[in-house]
Amino acid sequence: MIALTQQPIDFASLTESVRSHQAGAVVLFLGTVREFTGEARTAWLEYEAFPEMAMAALHRLEAEVRGRFSVIEVAMSHRYGKLALGDIAVAVAVSSPHRAQAFEAGRWLIDTLKENVPIWKKEHYADGRTEWLQPEPVKDSRSAAAIPVAWTFLSESSPEIVPDA
Amino acid sequence: MKLCVLLFSAAREIAGCDSVELNLRESATVAQARAALFQSLPALATRNGILLWAVNNEYAPDDRVLQQTDVVACFPPVSGG
Repeated sequence: MIALTQQPIDFASLTESVRSHQAGAVVLFLGTVREFTGEARTAWLEYEAFPEMAMAALHRLEAEVRGRFSVIEVAMSHRYGKLALGDIAVAVAVSSPHRAQAFEAGRWLIDTLKENVPIWKKEHYADGRTEWLQPEPVKDSRSAAAIPVAWTFLSESSPEIVPDA
Repeated sequence: MKLCVLLFSAAREIAGCDSVELNLRESATVAQARAALFQSLPALATRNGILLWAVNNEYAPDDRVLQQTDVVACFPPVSGG
């Protein structure tokens, strides 16, 4: 199950979709909107996607993870649009006969998704500043994808209203 | 040939539009499209080297040859998740 959605992510049904009698292990990762990054206080986040390429990239990730790990089922869902604090931005679930492969596959999936899938995050801070976030360096990534030089685009703007969740 | 380039994220905001049409010679490469884009939208040129290119939903290197029917996009490093 691969999805790109503007609606809240139903992580329970996403997790359920990878469960089976063959799977002794199921791992779920949720990426959620965090309020504080160091001193900076986030009011809300805006995710922009290039939907056609993002879906293609997610399907390529599924094919690749199946080649690298003994996974049984894979499910990924990424949300875009305006997200409030605590909202789930991304969910990744994998099942495997044993836990080691499930953890490794899940870690590889979320790391590689963050490096490759064309989705961008714009911070709307509580003080009114906005910022397109630079990619986070991924440690110990097995992906061959290069992480380009960081991009930071700061702009001043008046405080904006938190969107309806 | 006329080539439409889709822009996303900060590239879209800096350009002030979500796509731009470039006039390129036949069999132009990504590198030549980049040069034409920067000529058309000089504000993007300051971001040289950190704009990625995609052709038909896959990342494309500078020497990738373009066709008028290709879906071409240009954007900053991704930051989803």
